[in-house]
Amino acid sequence: MTPKHENLWVFIEVLNGSPKSVSLELLGPGRLLADAACEKLVAVIVSDDVSAAAKEAAAYGADQVIAVEAPEYGDYSTEAYTHAICTLAEKYRPSTILIGATSTGRDMGPRVACRLRTGLTADCTALDRDTETGDVLWTRPAFGGNLMATICCPDHRPQIGTVRPGVFKKGDRHDGNTAEIIREDIRFPKEKIRARLIERIADLDNDTVDLETAEFIVSGGRGLGGPENFALVRDLAKALGGEVGSSRAAVDAGWISHAHQVGQTGKTVGPRVYIACGISGAIQHLAGMSGSDTIIAINKNPDAAIFEVADYGIIGDLCEVLPALTAEVRKLKA
Amino acid sequence: MNILVCIKQVPDTTEIKIDPVTNTLIRAGVPSIVNTFDAFALESALRIKDADPGVSVTVVTMGPAQASVALNTCLGAGADNAYLVSDRAFGGSDTLATSYILSNAIRAIEEKQAQKFDLILCGKQAIDGDTAQVGPEIAEQLDYPQITYATELTAEKGKLRVKRETEDGYEIREAALPAVVTVTKTAYDLRFPTIRRLLDAYAAETAVLTAEDFPVDRERAGLGGSPTKVRKTFVPERNKTGMKIEEATGALSAIKLAAQLSADGIL
Repeated sequence: MTPKHENLWVFIEVLNGSPKSVSLELLGPGRLLADAACEKLVAVIVSDDVSAAAKEAAAYGADQVIAVEAPEYGDYSTEAYTHAICTLAEKYRPSTILIGATSTGRDMGPRVACRLRTGLTADCTALDRDTETGDVLWTRPAFGGNLMATICCPDHRPQIGTVRPGVFKKGDRHDGNTAEIIREDIRFPKEKIRARLIERIADLDNDTVDLETAEFIVSGGRGLGGPENFALVRDLAKALGGEVGSSRAAVDAGWISHAHQVGQTGKTVGPRVYIACGISGAIQHLAGMSGSDTIIAINKNPDAAIFEVADYGIIGDLCEVLPALTAEVRKLKA
Repeated sequence: MNILVCIKQVPDTTEIKIDPVTNTLIRAGVPSIVNTFDAFALESALRIKDADPGVSVTVVTMGPAQASVALNTCLGAGADNAYLVSDRAFGGSDTLATSYILSNAIRAIEEKQAQKFDLILCGKQAIDGDTAQVGPEIAEQLDYPQITYATELTAEKGKLRVKRETEDGYEIREAALPAVVTVTKTAYDLRFPTIRRLLDAYAAETAVLTAEDFPVDRERAGLGGSPTKVRKTFVPERNKTGMKIEEATGALSAIKLAAQLSADGIL
C-alpha cells in the first residue's frame, strides 16, 4: 500500500527575496484546515533566496518549512517551479496544497495539478474541511460572482486550490516561533526553461498603492463625475491614513490607474473599513471588496446595488458629503 | 505558421439573472457568445495572419452540438478551419478531463491536417467558470511551454514574444515554438464576422470529432474522469439592511455618519 497523503502545504511565493502577503495570509486558514485533520502546516518555498521567507513563514505559524534554493528559481518560470513543486509533492505526499491566486499561482497551479493528475479549484474565497473525509471544501465564485460553488476533490490527493489575495487577513506575527527547516536539493537546468522572463515593467503606481494590506480604503467610481473629483477621495483616504481604490469604470474612463482597481479584474481587498464613493456596486466590484469588515456607501442613487452590501450608507451628493466627512474624520483623529 | 485557437461557447454573463424563488441561474433565453477572452485570442491569431497570409488559423471547441454556432462566428471573423469536439462521454468534464480530451483532439487534428500547430492560443479564462486552468493544463498535457495573461504577442521565426500582465505591472517573456499562450483583454479591437464568410460557414457542415474519432481513455473523460466534484452551488447573500442616512444636506449626513462610526467604535 502506498503511504498516506498527509500534511497541509502552503506555497510561499517569493518576489525579490520577500514572501508575498497572500502566502502569509494563507497560513491562517492553513492552520485551521491542518488542525481539522490533525496535520502539520508546512510552508513550501522555492526561490534563489529562501531565508527571509522561511523566517516569516515560521513567524506566521508554519510547523515546518521545506525549502528549495537555487539560482534558477530567482525569477518565476512555469517549468522550473512546476518541476520543483511536483518533485516535492511526489516525495512528501501532502494531502493539500494552498496557493495564492496571483498571476504566478494561477500560472503554476494548473500545471502542477495536471502533472500530478489531481483536481484544482481556482480563485477560492472560502475554505472549510470535512473532518471525516479530510476533503477540503473549496468555495469560489463563478459566473462573474453571480453564483458561488463549493467544490471538493474526494478521490485524488493532493487536493489543490488557489485562494484570492485579501480574502483572509494575515494572522498575528510571533517572532519567537521556530519551524523545522528541511532543505531539498532540486535543480532545473536554466537552459531547459523554454519560456523565460526577459524583463519586468513595473506599474509605477503599484509601488505606492498597497490596497491588499490597507486598513482603510476609499474608492471612487463613475459617480464622481470626472477625474478632478478624485481629489475628494484622496483627501478622505489621507485623513484616514488609508489608500485610494477605484471601480473598473473609473479606470476605463482614464481617471485613475489600474493599480487602484478593486474587483474581479483588479485587486481583492479586505480592509477594516471600505468606503465606496459613487460606485454603483456591479457584481464584479462586489467580488473584490465584500470581505471588508465594514462597508460604507455614498451614492446619489438610493437604489444602487452597493447599498445592499453596505453597513452604512449616505444617499447624497459626493461633492457635499466627502469634504464634510473628511473634516469630521480629521477632528476625530486629532 | 499554423495557429490553433481554443474557444468556449458561454452564456453572456452580463445577462445572467437569478430566479428569486429557486435561487438558481436562469439560463433560458440567455444568449450564448464566444467567450470574451477567447475572442481576443482569435483576434491575436488573425492579426498574425493579416501580416502573413500564409498563416493558417484553426479553431477548436469542446461542447454540445449547438457550440458549432460559436465556431461559425470564428469562421466568419476569418478563421480557416473549425472543429467541434463533442460526445456524450465528454459531458461533465472538469478542467483536467477537458484538457486531456482537448489535447488528444489537438493531436488528432494535427494528424488530419498533416501539420503540427506552432502556436496554441486560449483565452485566459472562461467568463462562466473563471477557472483559467484549461490553457495551462493543455500545455502540460502536450509538454509545451506556456505564457499566461498575454496582452500582446508576436511570433516570428520560431520565437514567441509576449507582454504578460501581472498584479505588479507587466513582464516580457519569450518562448520557443511550439507554445501555448493564454490571452487576456488586448488593446486590439475585435473584428466583426463578414456576412459572406458567415454564410459560407453556416452552409458548410461542422467538422465534428467524437470519442470514436481519436484515442481517448474514457476513464479520464467526463464526469467520472474528473477529480473535482461540485458539492453545492448557492447565490451569494446580499440583502444587508445597513443604516441609511439622508439628511437635508450632504454635510449634515456626513456629520451624522461620522458620529455614528465613532459611537460604534469604527473610527
